[in-house]
Amino acid sequence: MTLYDIIFYLFAVITIASAFVVVTTRNVIYSGFTLLFTFFGVAGIYVLLGADFLAIVQIMVYVGGILILILFGVMLTNKITDVDIRTGTIHLLPAAIGVGILFGALTSVMVWTDWKTEPVELPITTTYAIGKELLTNYVLIFELLGILLLVVLIGAASIARSDKE
Amino acid sequence: MAQVGLTHFLVVSSILFSLGIYGIITRKNAVMVLMGIELILNSANINFVAFSKYGNLGINGQIVALFVIVLAAAEAAIALAIVLNIYKTYANVNVDEIDHLKD
Repeated sequence: MTLYDIIFYLFAVITIASAFVVVTTRNVIYSGFTLLFTFFGVAGIYVLLGADFLAIVQIMVYVGGILILILFGVMLTNKITDVDIRTGTIHLLPAAIGVGILFGALTSVMVWTDWKTEPVELPITTTYAIGKELLTNYVLIFELLGILLLVVLIGAASIARSDKE
Repeated sequence: MAQVGLTHFLVVSSILFSLGIYGIITRKNAVMVLMGIELILNSANINFVAFSKYGNLGINGQIVALFVIVLAAAEAAIALAIVLNIYKTYANVNVDEIDHLKD
């Protein structure tokens, strides 16, 4: 059990436990705030896999952007003047059985497959490599994502606008 | 437990995926369905980055994971705008009660 293993199990437990709380608690606010711990756990797993730039982008975009959006969505679509906000759940037992079967199938495939691992040497700091690839080999996707983000900005603002014509 | 290798990360990713699917199936509130979708996207990202280090993807796995993060942000923004619109029309966002097209 090296230090790497201990830290991996720590982050894995953080991620899985908070994801479990996200999908089982009936309080909407608890679910939203536990999603924060899930995202931090995933960022820790990225650091363990040597993806430092991606871990920081994950924290900035997911925690600083998407989670804030989700919390706004929770606050604006529930009557928070009640004492606690509960949400309903449907079909608990069939969902648990079905998801259990899916999880069993996925995990058995992942564990019993003989993955051909020939590890490529990743650079220590990946920022330079990602930046170079983004502007040479992936430049089309990069530009298209820029246009997509512009369209999303205009579209989301115009969908959520309250038209008081 | 063996030395932490590729399969450990893949098992974590499949647990997250199953929990995300469970969240999408059993939740009535539309924003909580969105949280399940974000869990699924995160699990796919962990898969990409794990194969980027242990497989032979190299830096390309991390670049694809970056694109997935961007697309997840765009989709969350649009989905929440639609959910706000639904709340204006129906006064609640339970996905099993929103079942007619236009009143």
